[in-house]
Amino acid sequence: MSIDCPVYQVQNLHLSLADMTQKSFFGSAPQINILKDISFDIMKGEVLGIVGGSGSGKSTLGRTMIRLLEPSQGRIFFEGQDITHLPEENLRPLRHRFQMIFQDPMSSLNPRRKVGRIIEGPLKLHGFDRISERMAEALDLVGLPRSFQGRYPHELSGGQRQRVGIARAIATRPDFILADEIVSGLDVSSQAQVLNLLADLVRELGLTLAFISHDLAVIRRLCSRVLVLKHGQIVELSTTERLFEAPSSDYTRELLNAIPLPDPDQIWATN
Amino acid sequence: MREHRKKTKQRLGIRLWLSGGWLLVLIAIALLAPWISPKNPLEQDLFAARLPPFWMAGAEPGFWLGTDSLGRDVLSRILEGSRIALLVAFIAGTATCLIGATLGMIAGFYRGWADRIISRFVDIWMAFPPVLFAILLVAVIGTGLTSIIIAIVVIDWTRFCRVVRAEAMTQGQMDYVASAQVAGQKRFGIMIAEILPNVIPTIVALLTLEMGIAIIVETILSFVNLSISSDAPTWGGMIAEGRTSIYQAWWVLIFPLIVLFLTVLSFSQFGEGLKDRYDPVLR
Amino acid sequence: MMKPFLSIKNLTVSLKSSKEPLLRSVSLDLAAGNVLGLVGESGAGKSMIGKAILGILPQAVEITAGEIWLNDQELLRKPAKERRKFIGASTALIPQDPLTALNPSRRIGPQITERLVDILDWKKDAALARALELLNEVQIPDPERVMHSYPHEISGGMRQRILIASAFAANPKLIIADEPTTALDVTVQKQILHLIADLQARHQTSLLFVTHDLGVVSKVCQHLSVLYAGKVIEASEIRDFFKNPKHPYSRALLAATPKYNDPASSLTPVPEEVIAEVEAEIFAPRTECSHVN
Repeated sequence: MSIDCPVYQVQNLHLSLADMTQKSFFGSAPQINILKDISFDIMKGEVLGIVGGSGSGKSTLGRTMIRLLEPSQGRIFFEGQDITHLPEENLRPLRHRFQMIFQDPMSSLNPRRKVGRIIEGPLKLHGFDRISERMAEALDLVGLPRSFQGRYPHELSGGQRQRVGIARAIATRPDFILADEIVSGLDVSSQAQVLNLLADLVRELGLTLAFISHDLAVIRRLCSRVLVLKHGQIVELSTTERLFEAPSSDYTRELLNAIPLPDPDQIWATN
Repeated sequence: MREHRKKTKQRLGIRLWLSGGWLLVLIAIALLAPWISPKNPLEQDLFAARLPPFWMAGAEPGFWLGTDSLGRDVLSRILEGSRIALLVAFIAGTATCLIGATLGMIAGFYRGWADRIISRFVDIWMAFPPVLFAILLVAVIGTGLTSIIIAIVVIDWTRFCRVVRAEAMTQGQMDYVASAQVAGQKRFGIMIAEILPNVIPTIVALLTLEMGIAIIVETILSFVNLSISSDAPTWGGMIAEGRTSIYQAWWVLIFPLIVLFLTVLSFSQFGEGLKDRYDPVLR
Repeated sequence: MMKPFLSIKNLTVSLKSSKEPLLRSVSLDLAAGNVLGLVGESGAGKSMIGKAILGILPQAVEITAGEIWLNDQELLRKPAKERRKFIGASTALIPQDPLTALNPSRRIGPQITERLVDILDWKKDAALARALELLNEVQIPDPERVMHSYPHEISGGMRQRILIASAFAANPKLIIADEPTTALDVTVQKQILHLIADLQARHQTSLLFVTHDLGVVSKVCQHLSVLYAGKVIEASEIRDFFKNPKHPYSRALLAATPKYNDPASSLTPVPEEVIAEVEAEIFAPRTECSHVN
């Protein structure tokens, strides 16, 4: 696998949104800075973990990368192409190359569509051939029986729903997938299954992945590098091994120390 | 778990069958009214005025539900009246639905200036007292079926608009919409392919409810003498007439009222029943 | 072992419609001043136990067998009104979702004091003083201002502190905590768990702690019961359990739990054979479950 070509280059990214709760009757609402001066690259075949607490801006960062949001400053390059302010119609032909898996599969799967049609959605939009074949392949890849294509999302368990979300994302064989907190709503066993599945897919399909999570414990399973966000700023960006062995920032250490390990002898005092 | 669900589903099926059955019978009656009416609904016979229904003393054979103060057969008039009732229900209901739901979808999904314009318009519209508004309207454009239908649309489209807007807004915030955008779907495509199927159950329930309401509005307008001409038998007209002779001939009021009540109830229950039966998402 | 403060014997809870059991003959004991963890995956029925004790089971289910003893009194045979009064005076709940557990349109203060005043007949001043004292105890800065705030004006961690204060307000003998930190960040979770543990120790309250997280259990509980499909499949002392889980399903659950310090032995899905084994044991019970101490 070539390590030299960055799939994503993010340079000095800023994002601010209007705070409508503070808006006065006349005049414009004050701006809140959600992302502040963020720069990093994602290499081909890499799995980058993005970690932070609630309100750290990690989901906003993810959604900006795949241009569900438009940044206020800075540049985003996808495979060398500047997509920072690309209008939606110019983005559309690119869209099948970066996909997203959502946190809540109940909300991200249209409840009135059958699984098969959900997975076929992106394929149809981008004019792929052999659509039902590709859909069935995607089901195979995520380990769901093909008969599931006739079911509705509410007829599946949480882990199965998340697999459908993954199948939809990989069906177009994208170059990049953003996974936003995809295991946080699952039981430990389904969580382990989904993470293992994702690790296998990364290896088999050569995927490049950004994996957003609030949980450092699941990051270690999957990611080669980790980016730690706090209040919209990068406080640490290092290889997974370095991060867990010798975290450089206080915040990372605080996050690590706060994780309750399943071990009654762990020293877990408040600092 | 599953079996339990199936059972409730079956019980709800009865509601669908009862209401649907009544509406089907009504449609058949409306289509066949000229042939199945025992008497001519317009024929007056002052010597046969205020005849009671068949089981009471003094009833005349052939006048099953009695006659009104002009000697017209109540049953025949109810059967004939179903034509206008259903015409009003279907045409006014559908038109109201199309206009209100379309505007509501646009406002709720696209938000922004489209929403601001439509919502302000709805707010202003709703500040008028609706029946007064309709009376004024019929007074201006004249009586007749068309003006009744227009009046109903004008009064009620805001109800659709508000409900559908709220529903489209809720659905628009779901991740499957973001997901369709990530997939490269156009905004309009998302509205039609993703949002609409999820708003349809609400629209259907509202539509059938609206069909019932349309009949009631027609009745109200009849009550203030602004409906179709007073000759043409409408349920509302009959109720209005019956009111004047309630002590002498209660049947002139009561029978159309019962039919009206059952029909309006059936419309709303039919909508709910359809939702329970065909909506893939069990709530 | 000393006499248990809370003792549940063969509690069975079923769906009213299909008679499908959601809790299958659950028995557990909780000694006074101790913390018992209830662990299981979603749908295992762990929250159902707390609800059965508090008498807040959903409409669609009913208790079909069993006894619940609280402080030497059997709850289920008491008349409904008396039972409510008894439970109201001796138990409290720390709920999962701090956002929906507080009424958004009312100020915080009355939401803490009203239970004391209305149900336990406290004087208003006394209740107010108690609320302030408790808000201090759960380390809320400027408690007087918070008493006058609405729930949306304070952060999620603060709201959970308020719910904890509110739970301890009437000096209950038993507190049921239903996944109290699931909605919180790890750093806030740590503070909240420490807070609950401190208060529990100081007031010698018995605590029934419902969670899906074995890591959390290992920090706050002295004993735990593992549930699967409404059945207690293992009940152990906490150190015993983590050193030597007896039931294969418990072992598998522990192996599935993420451990950042030991990636090799974490995130292994529960194997199909183990599921088959535990289900065979539950759905075709030949002997009493052998793994329960």
